[in-house]
Amino acid sequence: MTESAETGPAMAAPTRIVRRGRMSRAWRVLRKAPPTAWFGMIVIALYLFTAIFAPVLAPYPETELVGGAFEPWGGAFILGTDQLGRDMLSRLIYGARNSVGIAFMTTLLSFLLGSALGLTAAITRGWIDQVLSRAVDVLMSIPQLIFALVLLSIMGSSIVNLVLIIAVLDSTRVFRLSRSVAQGVVVMDYVEAARLRGEKLPWIMRREILPNIMAPLVAEFGLRFCFVFLTISALSFLGLGIQPPTADWGSMVRDNAALITYGDVTPLLPAGAIALLTVAMNFVVDWFLHKTSGLRE
Amino acid sequence: MNPVLKTVLQRLGLGIATLFVVSIIISLTIQMLPGDFAKAVLGQSATPETVAAFQKEIGLDRHPVVRYMDWISGVVRGDFGESYASAGSLAGHRRLVADMIGPRLLNTLFLASAAALIAVPLSLFLGVMAALYRNSIFDRLVNVVSLTAISSPEFFLAYILIMFLAVKFPIFVSLASISPGMPFLDRLYVIALPTLTLVLVIVAQMMRMTRAAIINLLASPYIEMSRLKGAKPLQIILRHALPNAWAPIVNVIALNLAYLVVGVVVVEVVFTYPGIGQLMVDAVSKRDLPVVQGCALVFAATYILLNLLADVVTIVSNPRLLHPR
Repeated sequence: MTESAETGPAMAAPTRIVRRGRMSRAWRVLRKAPPTAWFGMIVIALYLFTAIFAPVLAPYPETELVGGAFEPWGGAFILGTDQLGRDMLSRLIYGARNSVGIAFMTTLLSFLLGSALGLTAAITRGWIDQVLSRAVDVLMSIPQLIFALVLLSIMGSSIVNLVLIIAVLDSTRVFRLSRSVAQGVVVMDYVEAARLRGEKLPWIMRREILPNIMAPLVAEFGLRFCFVFLTISALSFLGLGIQPPTADWGSMVRDNAALITYGDVTPLLPAGAIALLTVAMNFVVDWFLHKTSGLRE
Repeated sequence: MNPVLKTVLQRLGLGIATLFVVSIIISLTIQMLPGDFAKAVLGQSATPETVAAFQKEIGLDRHPVVRYMDWISGVVRGDFGESYASAGSLAGHRRLVADMIGPRLLNTLFLASAAALIAVPLSLFLGVMAALYRNSIFDRLVNVVSLTAISSPEFFLAYILIMFLAVKFPIFVSLASISPGMPFLDRLYVIALPTLTLVLVIVAQMMRMTRAAIINLLASPYIEMSRLKGAKPLQIILRHALPNAWAPIVNVIALNLAYLVVGVVVVEVVFTYPGIGQLMVDAVSKRDLPVVQGCALVFAATYILLNLLADVVTIVSNPRLLHPR
């Protein structure tokens, strides 16, 4: 944002010119966001709220059997009970914590790994770059879900294995992106200057390159989160991801799928919860990409 | 040598090399087996002798290179080894992995090609229309719907389709069970819903890329020229923009067909369709490694092949490469 762009809409509130911090600048950008982006941000905020306050919001504990199997909606159980007699609504609420939390951790891990290696490859070039890039090429030539299935069959399904496997497989995409955007920055004079005055690799990475490639990385984080979330949900749905009794949306769909044939929409709720979050995230990322690319041109 | 032929041959070589490395990786993953694996397969009651015999049989006592050579030389002859399900059983009937994969692979290819035959023309049509009427209500509607379809898990779309098209309005069946002697039309009817799910997922992606590829070109000077000379919008897109947009579009089509390979896994499980995806999921939960490895190799080979095809078509459809100056 340039200074001249900010003076335009500021006329309505002249007193705010005195102190215009980060918050008011952020608000200025947010106000111009399209309705789809607003919708996305509100949905994400609601999910975060649910995840954080799950124990307060949920009427019953996560894994306790509180009623008969497959009880209908209404009465003591607002959304009925699942195949073992656990409260559906409570498990949906806890699912926000488990499913989203695990996907978030995985994405974070894959970003730490992928961007660190990507930046290293872009800065050092030479044989390190060659080796890493070829390794990533090979890893990416196998469909991710298939590779994850092979590894899970060998290591067995547990949350730690799941997070590690998906994070490593997904970091290949982060590696490619961060390497290619960093390559544009590495050739700049200020990086060369930092290198000449003897700065070490981690310092150059953090202070000179990372701030300049933040925008595409943040957008990619949103997209990768969606992808990781969908992959883990798919694995859980296949019965190979997050294991019972942990409440997880993917496995909840699988466990209650039989209800569909009786015209009951209950199994669609956790599936819809997954879809809603990814749609919301995509809307926000779409807007963010539009915004950042528009500013650069 | 002709530059096109040379590039194509280079890509082919690269593809074969990739497949080779991938087969090594798939084979080497067995090296990471945890120690209690034999017990996990044979059951907790397995005696030490059975465990030792089992470990010998799957070749854990041999050098990885030797084991890989054994496996890969079998694979190229169409022998993927034996399923562990037979190793554990005392009855002694042997199940060959190749016999398990073969018929199921055909089923999966049938499902995937049915989806592709519908999805490719449909997405081209929708993409061209969205580019033609860009920023109209139609364009925005298609945009939001396709974004939603892309972001939803396949099983969500699948169950919604089951809910409406098989339960509320029983037009189709929700179980896609096909048997060998089934007439062709019956097969098509039975796989209607899984096909529709796959179509929904890949049309969204392909249509968006088609639209983007065409709109990207609409800013170029030669399009401006044709517009100034008075060509109609549809004509500009079909005659001038589309031929140059083929390369990215074909690339996306191939990528999505490759994606189909993965997408079928979930869809097959939802509709209990007897395809290779379901076989693999079953094998993973039973930790039946030879079957998992065989399926993974088939999936990876299909994926690499389709990507290779995309590369080749992109090269061949590039006018600048075909008519070198």
